[in-house]
Amino acid sequence: MSASSAPLLEVEDLSVAFPVSQGLGFRRRLVHAVNEVSLRIEAGQTWGLVGESGSGKSTLGRAILNLEKPRSGRVRFDGRLITGGQAADVAMLRRQTAMIFQDPYSSLNPRQSIGDGIAEVLRVHGKAGGTGLTARVNELLVLVGLSPEQATSRPHALSGGQCQRAAIARALAMEPRLIVADECVAALDVSIQAQIINLLMDLRERMGLALLFIAHDLSVVRRLCDQVAVMYLGRIVESGPARDIFDHPLHPYTAALVAAIPEIDPDMPLPGELLRGEPPSPVSVPEGCTFHPRCIQARPSCRQGPPPALRRRGDRAFACVLHEGDDGIHPVTKGA
Amino acid sequence: MSAIAGVAPPVRRVLPRGSTLTVGIVILSAWVLVALLCPWIAPYDPIAQDTSATLLPPGAAHPFGSDNFGRDILSRVMWGARVDLQMCVIGVALPFVLGTIVGALSGYLGGAVDTVLMRVIDIVLAFPFLVLMLAIITILGPGLGSFYIAMALVGWVSYARLVRAQVLSLKHRDFIVAARSLGYSHGRILFRHLLPNALTGSVVFAMSDCVLVLLSGAAVSYLGLGVQPPVAEWGVMVAEGQGFITTAWWITTFPGLAIVVLATGFSFLADGLGDRLGVRP
Amino acid sequence: MTLLQVSDLTIEDGAGTMLVDGVSFSLEKGEILGLVGESGSGKTLTCRAMLRLLPGDGLRIRRGEVRLDGADVLGYDEPRMRALRGREIGMIFQNPASHLNPVMSIGSQIAEGRRIHFGASRREARRDAIEWLRQVGIPDPARRVDNYPHEFSGGMRQRAMIAVALACEPRLLIADEPTTALDVTVQMQVLRLLRDLRDRLGLAVIFITHDLGVVAQTCDRVTVMYAGRLCETGGKREVLAAPRHPYTQGLVTCQPSSDGGAGRMITIPGQPPLAKRFPTGCRFHPRCGHATAQCAAVQPEMLPVAGSGRHEAACHHRMEGTRAGRDHVR
Repeated sequence: MSASSAPLLEVEDLSVAFPVSQGLGFRRRLVHAVNEVSLRIEAGQTWGLVGESGSGKSTLGRAILNLEKPRSGRVRFDGRLITGGQAADVAMLRRQTAMIFQDPYSSLNPRQSIGDGIAEVLRVHGKAGGTGLTARVNELLVLVGLSPEQATSRPHALSGGQCQRAAIARALAMEPRLIVADECVAALDVSIQAQIINLLMDLRERMGLALLFIAHDLSVVRRLCDQVAVMYLGRIVESGPARDIFDHPLHPYTAALVAAIPEIDPDMPLPGELLRGEPPSPVSVPEGCTFHPRCIQARPSCRQGPPPALRRRGDRAFACVLHEGDDGIHPVTKGA
Repeated sequence: MSAIAGVAPPVRRVLPRGSTLTVGIVILSAWVLVALLCPWIAPYDPIAQDTSATLLPPGAAHPFGSDNFGRDILSRVMWGARVDLQMCVIGVALPFVLGTIVGALSGYLGGAVDTVLMRVIDIVLAFPFLVLMLAIITILGPGLGSFYIAMALVGWVSYARLVRAQVLSLKHRDFIVAARSLGYSHGRILFRHLLPNALTGSVVFAMSDCVLVLLSGAAVSYLGLGVQPPVAEWGVMVAEGQGFITTAWWITTFPGLAIVVLATGFSFLADGLGDRLGVRP
Repeated sequence: MTLLQVSDLTIEDGAGTMLVDGVSFSLEKGEILGLVGESGSGKTLTCRAMLRLLPGDGLRIRRGEVRLDGADVLGYDEPRMRALRGREIGMIFQNPASHLNPVMSIGSQIAEGRRIHFGASRREARRDAIEWLRQVGIPDPARRVDNYPHEFSGGMRQRAMIAVALACEPRLLIADEPTTALDVTVQMQVLRLLRDLRDRLGLAVIFITHDLGVVAQTCDRVTVMYAGRLCETGGKREVLAAPRHPYTQGLVTCQPSSDGGAGRMITIPGQPPLAKRFPTGCRFHPRCGHATAQCAAVQPEMLPVAGSGRHEAACHHRMEGTRAGRDHVR
């Protein structure tokens, strides 16, 4: 996906680690939540970032927006260096990006009405002022499917779906070019979730914004995103166009995730066992390919050495030793 | 959000739910009214002596009796409300403000600042409260002003710890991360977003702290280091009546009761407010 | 004989609102019933009522029967209820971390049930605990029996909670959204375990969920609830392939994997009503694209769908057709 201009967001070998105390707290170990991740997001793309618990996807989302301090690597936004960059560049990032969170209630200030929350963004960033302020707040509320009368409501008076819409309105007040959505529909009822997903689709079309949609629910990602990156224990193990990844996954973990989606058709046969064990904690990372203990296709060589490097096939990338020497792509599908 | 929690055991209440706050407000309002209106409703001048009417038991002329100087106890109790209420308000407000600033900065900035301030708090807490108060007042000289300074210097620690704990737990909540992602300055985040949410617990605590301040003020005055005679203040009155406890019980009892009632009022207010705001003090 | 028969269960709150209104369903031995609904549907309240574990706060069972093997559980006194809870009806919850005692070892929590309900000795109970851990697929059970909950991962905690519940050998297990908080691969394993237990032990399960995909994979029959009332019930194939109630139809089209899995979804407009403001007549009518004046006035009854014995829907119109409900687009 080479673009003539710089990509909107470029992440290069980013690593984020947290110190964790073991036992009595004397030995401080590092948990590598994100491990040498590289990613390019072009303007207007919708990237799904999927993974299970311990994959580091939320940490990556925050690190991209400079809300976590990386241990190494670089993040560039619109060509300007953000990691360790100039304050002016970071300020520019803040003005052009926004984030929405999983729990709609805790992402809004409980003591602030939703209208005031939106107005504050507009005022602080000079997007509107004076008499135009209320008009713009109402405009944003209507845009996300709320009514202007709800501007005076506080989060606890609204439902989860309504709060999430308010959070989206607040993000849109920035007129961002990139929105990072961290599990933003996971805490909602399925019918409300569907409304929010539709809303995101509409907004994406109308405003041409790029979206990094972090989720563990692959069926939602399949519907919403055009690009997908799959994370496991802090690394990206597969990435590429969503359609290709879901139809023909190359990495065994991706294949297992896709197979595990509970399909609503009762006549569909139940998937075979594609995975062993549980998502491990990032505190104890296995040797070799970090996925090998759970992989049913693991070979002896997978247990040693460094994790497999990311191999490219056209606009896809995957980190697995399978499919070596293939000219085509062998699908790793259900029942294989 | 599911409304179904586990099985909740029934809470034993002294008064029916919702009325605690009301009772507290009523008691407090009554005393505030007394304090405001005492120039008009007190039957006598509180410091006027009447040697012909000393040590009279409660009766028609003096409903609460009179003391050894012939001063009317009822009027002194009423005028005393002014002093004691003032003591509570200022004695709580100063530590509240000071403690909140220190606690907020400590919690928000963390690191070395936090460590140093926490150690300072530990040092202050190592001393028994009243001992420290008395030491400061002795150095500064007796009087209400010294009392306020001493309260500020000693009482701020509780508020600092409360606010710090709240700030620490709120710092990582999504809406604060959201505020950072929106590019808000630290000052805005601290004062506009963190503090309004962090103060609920302290406000409730302040209400029950009023009880402590009231009792400390009375104790300090009782020891002669606070309010000076002939000003009417309940603690002073209790002290003055001490020598007459067997012969003229009313001199000590009525101001003592006033202290109890006002303290109870603050307690109920704290409890009721805590219920309303969902905080346990 | 039917293992469980719930008839006309009605629960009201302090203000007289029927939070659960006239709910009836049945469960056979060895059957997994999916109880589907969103927030406020009353699904959890219904199941808690069966165990008489309603939260305080003025909630009470207004009328109805809950018959376990013919005997009405609602008439039992408290000692009899305690004997029933765990031993005859077990329950597992959404968040195992908060429903397991953090300061007791997993083994002790399993053993406790054995000692209380079966009078097992310490040694026997421990042996049973190890065996149950093995049954639910915990590797190396003899060693893990002494672990504490925090030493288990999320999926293992959920299995441990299933072991705690099953060690009491109940005939009926109520599973309240047991996989909602789990990773999708772990969810698959836990669902497989439940199916396996049904096959091996004849366990009957009421599986509370909002995910129709899970219902499709795991359950035999499904009952859909909305705002405290039943909407539709029947075999999973019939209900999912040809839902008759507009709410069920909406739920089906709301699943992200439905309808080819791409493009805008057909959603249900609005949101579930608050208990204080339940609509009159059919509680779903404000959000229904097919609503008529009759729907606003008269509560529909659960009536069989033509041509099918056990498939019933509570809708005046009993809409024909499959998942497409093109009329309510949002």
